[in-house]
Amino acid sequence: MIEKAFYGSKKYWIWVAFLLAFLGVCFHFYLLQLREGLTITGMSRNVSWGLYIAQFTYLVGVAASAVMLVIPYYLHHYKAFSRMMILGEFMAIAAVSMCMLFIFVDLGQPMRVMNVILYPQLHSVMFWDMSVLSGYLVLNLLIGWTTLEAERKDAPPPSWVKPLIYLSVVWAISIHTVTAFLYAGLPGRPYWLSAIMAARFLAGAFCSGPAILLLLVFFVQKFVKYRVGDEAIKALSKIVAYAMSANVFFLLLEIFTAFYSRIPDDMNAFRYLFVGLDGHTALVPAMWVSAGLSIVSLALLIPPQFRDNTKLLTIALVSLVVATWIDKGFSLIAAGFVPNPFDRVSVYLPTFPEVMIALGVYTIGLLILTILWKVALSVKEKSIA
Amino acid sequence: MDIDKRKFLKLVGVSGALWVGSRLAGGLSSVFNIRDRFDKQALADAGYEVGTMVPDPGELKAKQWAMAIDVRQFKTPEDYTRCIQACDKIHNIPDITTQQDIKWIWEEPYSAAFPEQHNQYMEAALKSTPILLLCNQCEFPPCVRVCPTGATFKRQDGIVMMDYHRCIGCRYCMAACPYGSRSFNFKDPRPYIKKIDPAYPTRTKGVVEKCDFCAERLDQGLMPACVEASKGALIFGDLRDPDSDVRKVLSTNFSIRRKPELGTQPNVFYIL
Repeated sequence: MIEKAFYGSKKYWIWVAFLLAFLGVCFHFYLLQLREGLTITGMSRNVSWGLYIAQFTYLVGVAASAVMLVIPYYLHHYKAFSRMMILGEFMAIAAVSMCMLFIFVDLGQPMRVMNVILYPQLHSVMFWDMSVLSGYLVLNLLIGWTTLEAERKDAPPPSWVKPLIYLSVVWAISIHTVTAFLYAGLPGRPYWLSAIMAARFLAGAFCSGPAILLLLVFFVQKFVKYRVGDEAIKALSKIVAYAMSANVFFLLLEIFTAFYSRIPDDMNAFRYLFVGLDGHTALVPAMWVSAGLSIVSLALLIPPQFRDNTKLLTIALVSLVVATWIDKGFSLIAAGFVPNPFDRVSVYLPTFPEVMIALGVYTIGLLILTILWKVALSVKEKSIA
Repeated sequence: MDIDKRKFLKLVGVSGALWVGSRLAGGLSSVFNIRDRFDKQALADAGYEVGTMVPDPGELKAKQWAMAIDVRQFKTPEDYTRCIQACDKIHNIPDITTQQDIKWIWEEPYSAAFPEQHNQYMEAALKSTPILLLCNQCEFPPCVRVCPTGATFKRQDGIVMMDYHRCIGCRYCMAACPYGSRSFNFKDPRPYIKKIDPAYPTRTKGVVEKCDFCAERLDQGLMPACVEASKGALIFGDLRDPDSDVRKVLSTNFSIRRKPELGTQPNVFYIL
């Protein structure tokens, strides 16, 4: 089946060549980091995690979001998603791959990465996160590839896939829960030390993941004849609307607890993000953009007449992705270290090489997605013809 | 052709499973400490003489090492720098002046050391007194709990140690430490060391480090370098021994610890 990735239009090859060329540029910056160390990043003694770990966190959500297709389709036999399933599963594979790469590029000693397996520490959440992420990758590869192959042969998928699909539902929830536990179990970081962290992560994932999927589908549909179907788009955008509402609701719960209790530790990070702390206001504009775009996305997603209009839906989804990215793909990590254990604010801003390395990982993800979707769409288009 | 492909796939599958199995066994064996024996065997096979570490007869032992810092005895800036420099020198601490610096023992104003336990009306002298900070050698260290490789671990005598050769540089321990006691080698530290002391290893880029209560000196029967340099302002001893110096000063003076509400049970006490 993989051979489908090697036959494509001129546009396809130009796109692949572009990705590879850009990847080459980014790889140069990774070599720089490998030689000089993480000193080329904006991270510091006080803000010791940054852009890489934030992208990892955001993308675990994108990966987990495939379950928003799996549950309706496999558990409720909602057939409208049949033409969307494989795209979601393959997007999850690209997302998990990026997660692993983001952890890898964040390591100070990447050549020692196998130590996590050689000396497993069952009390470390990171060990469990690695385990569930690799498991999720294998599950999605197996499920996606097997069901697609079955479709190509015009045969029902083998019976052993069914239990794996049910397992993948629980597994998807687990990857983002365990990722939230990475943060929510640390004693000295009040912004992260919250029981609702995992729930917030999942809500954020279940809106941003399907939103990205829909945007990618809209984009790809410009180039291929394959259509996922209006009903699937409508249903998925409804899911996005509910999940985004829950996401914003959970954030407001955090804000209530912090500001009604007036406990400084709980308020500080929010203050830093939305009004600035001790004169440090670097993230304030971005946070208000995030808040504004969240409102825009909800205003366009909740009324059905707006949501069902493709143009407005696109605006809503783009707003949502940007809003959730600022919140979870950047400020969540940066603000977790503010104030630091000495009650001081340390401002973190990524450097140019750091951004390029992150873009490099995204490029690899896009490349994986391109190849997988090319295979999937070639099989699908043939089976329709 | 089809049969061949199937056979091939089977072969790939079986060898893959074997590989995974062997890795899993390797991982499990380390849990049960079998790995150690294999490593020794490997060393012996490679022609190395495999012996056993014989402890120094004069080594200092304790059930739980602890330190009391008598803040009242720190009067001049030299009282601080003496302790800090003693540590920096023997541990090859690089002198990096950016935000990516390395600190084992350093000073902070009272308000930064005890953000929860200060107010604007407090005694002016105390408010302006710098406080010496170092790793608290917690009894329940969050850094050890989160470390995915066991590179940071707690010894029998309570010292929280680093294995610089196992650390993968994920910096989870830095996120977990509520005291900001850990530093990461963002770059190669060696060019920033004024004078390398060959008696203690320099670190490489990409690993985390911190104070280890001079475990290497205790093993030789010496007190920690900062304690030795402090002229009695730092009191060091076994917290489980009621007759130890540290217990004596703690039982007769008012002392506080950093962020006690987090339940980490710090083993560095501050006498005010």
